[in-house]
Amino acid sequence: MAVAGSANDLSGEMGCLVTELLKLNSLSRRFGGLQALENVSLSIGAGEVVGLIGPNGAGKTTLVNVITGVHTATGGHVSYRGKDITRYKPYETARIGLARTFQIVQPFPDLTVLDNVTAAALFSSSGSSIHQAQEFAREQLEFVGLSAQVNSPAASLTLAMRKRLELAKTLAMRPKLLFLDEVNAGLNSAEVEQAMSLIKKIAATGTTIVLIEHLIKVVVTVCSRIVVLHNGQLISQGDPRHVVNDPKVIEAYLGKRYSQAAKDHIKNAEVSLD
Amino acid sequence: MSRKSLWIIVALLGLLSLLPLVGGAYALRIGTFASMYAILAVSWNVIGGMAGYPSFATAAFFGLGAYAGGIMLAGGASLAVATVATGLMTFVAAFIFGVILLRLKGHYFAIGSLAVAEVLRELTNAATELTGGGMGLNIPMSSVVKSVVGEAQFFFYIMWALLIVTLIVVIGIERSKLGFGLRCICQNESAADMIGVNSTLYKSLAFGFSGVFVAMAGVIYAGWVHYIEPPDVYDILYSVKPIVMALLGGLGSTLGAVMGAFLFLAIEEFVWRNLLDLHTGVLGLLIVVLLLFLPKGLVSFGSSWLGKRLVWRNGVPRD
Repeated sequence: MAVAGSANDLSGEMGCLVTELLKLNSLSRRFGGLQALENVSLSIGAGEVVGLIGPNGAGKTTLVNVITGVHTATGGHVSYRGKDITRYKPYETARIGLARTFQIVQPFPDLTVLDNVTAAALFSSSGSSIHQAQEFAREQLEFVGLSAQVNSPAASLTLAMRKRLELAKTLAMRPKLLFLDEVNAGLNSAEVEQAMSLIKKIAATGTTIVLIEHLIKVVVTVCSRIVVLHNGQLISQGDPRHVVNDPKVIEAYLGKRYSQAAKDHIKNAEVSLD
Repeated sequence: MSRKSLWIIVALLGLLSLLPLVGGAYALRIGTFASMYAILAVSWNVIGGMAGYPSFATAAFFGLGAYAGGIMLAGGASLAVATVATGLMTFVAAFIFGVILLRLKGHYFAIGSLAVAEVLRELTNAATELTGGGMGLNIPMSSVVKSVVGEAQFFFYIMWALLIVTLIVVIGIERSKLGFGLRCICQNESAADMIGVNSTLYKSLAFGFSGVFVAMAGVIYAGWVHYIEPPDVYDILYSVKPIVMALLGGLGSTLGAVMGAFLFLAIEEFVWRNLLDLHTGVLGLLIVVLLLFLPKGLVSFGSSWLGKRLVWRNGVPRD
């Protein structure tokens, strides 16, 4: 398992020193009276697979939105490879190698599957022709297993296939850093298995991944580190097995009353993961 | 655009170019309007059909072009100089309007674009020294041609040539990276942003291209009719008609815009000549009926319910 080696890594394990890819410096975002993100500081090393978890409304998607420029930060800074990208617009972050999938899939419904992915390949990098983009798109579609559907309109795909189309689109952007926002939501267990093996395959190519996920089992098996958000604050991070047993995390998910019961339960029953 | 569509366009334009051989002054007038309407509809299609932003700014571009060109023509500039200069100026103006207006979406953008024509009309009215204000602007006879029929033929061919230029550019856009990006924006703008489409730039370029040829048509129109006034060239109908034409022909299709423009003109002329009192009402009714039976426009005729009934009643429909 790849281990992050950034200076303030809390996992406690020592890995080879990896270069820092993304750094969030007390990032904040406020929507009117709602503090969606509050002083989130985080560092992600190249090649890491980081799980981002937290209860509904914790600010996970907002965090991705602020990093990729969909929302502008109301405080703090985002730096990517040492460069301040806080004020970048979405198309600019896309062109420097930040790609994301959407929690609710966002295909171009009337375009063919191939055109969807070709667009991603074409617009995320300057200088490639439509033809070259198309060739690269075919490779990505084969990688995610959608070769048979290349000429179907995206709207005709099943949900599981649309999620794979989202993955193919982001891969066609040659991402350095990939945000996967609940790619498993709404899938059945067989489809989750397939999606998991795809994510592992992508991670194996050296792409840094931030995985937003509700299925703890998935996070624990894939991620080298977990970051927990609650009410817009980063409440815990580190090795998956430590984090899921962190009292603060249990409290965030279950509330104060149940966290004590859960603690007792953990003491008795070893580390339970799902 | 398929090869078939391209051939249909070439055939339609070829037929149109033969008009002066068979018709008199009336036919030339209709032919000039056919080209002009097609320019308006094809141009609107760039922002309205490809990018999916329902623009009502066509009248603004047309009036701006007619006045800018008209003033240049009245000042002694040649038609070519006035047309090209106006086209460039309008492209820049439309691009800037686009950067501001295209932040709005849907109905809000439609209303915003509608206001552009109103603002320009009032400005034209107010700038009496330059434009003649409500008195209108006289544009002297062009010195190139002397006879009345000769002049009608001259402007017919100029408008026809501008239509060809418009089509070449718009079909080029359709096949380019810009056209691809516009289609993405039309389908899902936030997803387009996320894959690296600079949507503000692309939409503004589309708005610029939707204005440039309309303004050039406005210059030719001004030279052709010799007298323009604000209510004429900033007429809201210049905004509405191209939308109806594009819908009649098939939204998003360049061939559809050309066919829609020709069909609209034919219906308009027919109804207007036969039902002088009721013509707007009947025109509206006919459009509603056509859109009900051919919701995807003339380009979908072959595969539509109506087309199958009418054309392939006894055989197996193609495709």
